Amino acid sequence: MEMLAQFLGTEGARMIVGLVGVIALVSVNALFLIWMERKVAAHMQLRPGPMEVGPHGAIQTVADALKLMGKELITPDEVDKPIFWLAPIVVFLPVLLSFLVVPFSSTWIIKDMNVGIVLILAFSTLSVLAILMAGWASNNKYAVFGAIRSVAQNIAYEIPLLITVMSIILMVGSFKLSDIVAAQSQYWFVLLQPLAFILFIICATAETNRAPFDLPEAESELVAGFHTEYSGMRFALFFLAEYTNMFIASAVATVLFLGGWHGPFLPGVIWFLLKVYALIFLMMWFRWTFPRVRFDQLLNFAWKILIPLAFANLLITALVLKLR
Amino acid sequence: MIEYDIEEKTYTLNLGPQHPSTHGVLRVLLEMEGEFITKAEPVIGYGHRAHEHMAENRNYLQFLPNMGRVDYLHALAFNQGYCMAVEKLIGVTVPERAEFIRVITAELNRVSSHLVWLGAYLLDLGAFTPILYSFDDRENLLDLLDRVTGSRLTYCYYRPGGVPTDIDEEFITGTRAFIKRLRTRFADYDNLVTKNVIFINRTKDVGLITKDQCVKYGLTGPFLRGSGIPYDIRKSEPYSAYPLFDFEIPIGEKGDILDRYVVRVKEMEQSLRIIEQALDKLPNGPIMAEKVPKRIKPAEGEVYQAVETARGEFGCYIVSQGDVKPYRIKLRVPSFANLSILPELAVDTLVADLVAILGSVDVVVPEIDR
Repeated sequence: MEMLAQFLGTEGARMIVGLVGVIALVSVNALFLIWMERKVAAHMQLRPGPMEVGPHGAIQTVADALKLMGKELITPDEVDKPIFWLAPIVVFLPVLLSFLVVPFSSTWIIKDMNVGIVLILAFSTLSVLAILMAGWASNNKYAVFGAIRSVAQNIAYEIPLLITVMSIILMVGSFKLSDIVAAQSQYWFVLLQPLAFILFIICATAETNRAPFDLPEAESELVAGFHTEYSGMRFALFFLAEYTNMFIASAVATVLFLGGWHGPFLPGVIWFLLKVYALIFLMMWFRWTFPRVRFDQLLNFAWKILIPLAFANLLITALVLKLR
Repeated sequence: MIEYDIEEKTYTLNLGPQHPSTHGVLRVLLEMEGEFITKAEPVIGYGHRAHEHMAENRNYLQFLPNMGRVDYLHALAFNQGYCMAVEKLIGVTVPERAEFIRVITAELNRVSSHLVWLGAYLLDLGAFTPILYSFDDRENLLDLLDRVTGSRLTYCYYRPGGVPTDIDEEFITGTRAFIKRLRTRFADYDNLVTKNVIFINRTKDVGLITKDQCVKYGLTGPFLRGSGIPYDIRKSEPYSAYPLFDFEIPIGEKGDILDRYVVRVKEMEQSLRIIEQALDKLPNGPIMAEKVPKRIKPAEGEVYQAVETARGEFGCYIVSQGDVKPYRIKLRVPSFANLSILPELAVDTLVADLVAILGSVDVVVPEIDR
C-alpha cells in the first residue's frame, strides 16, 4: 500500500493518468472535429449537413466510427503486408505522443519537458514516414503518387516552419512550451511577429496536408492518394491522425503566438481550447474556400517565397534582440 | 558493383473510366515521366448506346426522346436541332410563339448546363464549395423547366412543328425572378473564383490553344471563342428566333483555360439577356404548326441542321428514303471534336493540369460515345 501511495504521488502516475486522458481526448476531439468540419462545410455550402443522428447530427461521427470498426480490413494481394499493416499505427503513435507536452494550462500539462517544442516538431515529421510507408506498400500508382508528393511537400514546408519557430525561441530563450506561454502574459507574440504567425499558419496547413495544400490526397487527381487501398479501421486511423494533427498544429500555434492559456475571466484550459478551435476553424475555412494549388506551384511557393521570408524574419528578430 | 539496366523511363497511368474527374466513363491512358505526361490517349466508347443505329429502327417521332440522352446537359438544343432538321425535311414552318418558347427554354437549358460545368470544373481544380452554389441556382432553373417540359434532365419537349405545351404566367414570373437572382450571384462567383489568386495561377497559360489549332481540329463552342474566334451558330447561321434578339458573342484573348471560364460565364449573362428580350417580345398565337402530319413520312432527301449547344456545334444530318423511318442519321457532336485536341494539349503537363484541361473541355461522355 505504501508503495502504491508513493507511486501515485510520482511522475509515473501523472504519466499514466495523462496518457489515458490523452487517448480519451484524441478520440473525442477527432469525432468532434469531423462533425465540426462537416457542419462548417455544410453551412458554407448552403446546406444543413448531418441532421439525423442526435441533435444536429452531433453523434453522426460516432455512428460512422462504429460502422468503420465493423468493416472488414481488406488487405489487397499485391501489397507489401508488414509495411501496409504498420503504416496506420506509425501515423497515429507520434501524434498521440505529441500530446504529452502540450500545455493546456499552467497545471494541465502531462510532462513539461525543456525540449517540448523540439519534441512536437520531431514527432510531426514522423507522420511523413507513415504516409510514405502507406503509399509505397499499397503498390498502387495513385498511392505512390500521393506518398511522393507528401514527402516533397513536407520537406519543403518543414524548413520555413522550423525557421519561424526559431524566431520565437530566440525571443523567449527556451524550448519549454510553458516558458513560451509564460513569456506572453503581457502581450501575445502574434502582435510582435505577425509575419511569423502567417508563415506558421501556411506551413502548418501544408504540414497537415490540408487544402489548399492537400495534394497527397487530392481527390480530383489521385482518387484518394496514399490511403486509396485502406479500408475500415486502418483508414479511420489515418483519418483520426489527420484531424489530431490539425489539433496539434493549432495547439502549437496557440502556444507560440496566441498566448496559450492566457485570457481574462475564463479558466486557462477553456481559453486554450477556444483559441485552438478558432485556428482549426480558420483551417476549415481555407479548405472550403480555396481551389487546390498545383504541385510545382506548391514547391515554388515554399522554396522561393516562404523560406526567404522566414529567414528574413529570423534575421530581423535576431537583430532587434541584439540591439535592444 | 551492381549495374542497373533501367530501360523504362516512363510508366503508364490509367485515368478512368472510374475516376472522380473524368466526368463519367471517359478513360485516358497516360504515359508519364514522374508527374509529367508524355503521351495521353483518350479511350472512348464505354457509354456507347448506338443512338445512330437506333434511329434506323424507329420512326421520326420515336427517335426524339433519344436526343435528350445524347447530351443530357443541354438536351433542349439537341431536341431543337433534330426537330428543325425534321421540319426542314417535311417543309413545316414553326409558329412564332413556338420559336420564342424554344429560344427561352433552350437558353435556360444552356444556363443550367454552364452551371453544372462551372461547379464540376472548379471541383476538378479542388474547390469544393462552388458546385453547391451553382447547383443551388440550377435547382431553381430545373423547377422552371420541369414546369413546362415535364422533366428535369432528359428533356423531350419540342416536336416537329412546334412545342406541345404552352408556357404560363407563373413560368414567366419565375423566369424573371431567376434572371434577377442569377445576376446577383455572378458577383459571388466572381469573388469566390476569379478574384482568387490560386485559381488564376492554376488556369492562366494552361491548356493554350491557338486559333489555327482550333480550326485544324474542328473545335467549336466556348473552346473556339476562348481562343478569340467569334463563331457562334446563333449569329453566323441564325436559326429559330435568334436574329430578333440583341446579344453579343463573348470571346477570349489567349485561349487558355481561364479564357474558357470567362467566356462561359459571359455566355450565361448573354443567355439571360436573350431570355429577357424573348419574354418581353413574346407574341401570342398558336404553338404548333397546323399542317404537321400525324405520321411523318418525308420525301426522299437529305438535310443538315446545325445548332449551337453549350459545348459547340451540334449538327443533325438526316437521310430520308421516303420511309417512315430515317434511312440514316448522323449526329455531329461538339464534345467529340473538342476532346480530339486533348492528346496534343496534354503533352508536357502535370496530371493536375490534365484534369483542369479536361474540365475546361466540358465533355459529356454519352455525347462522345453516342
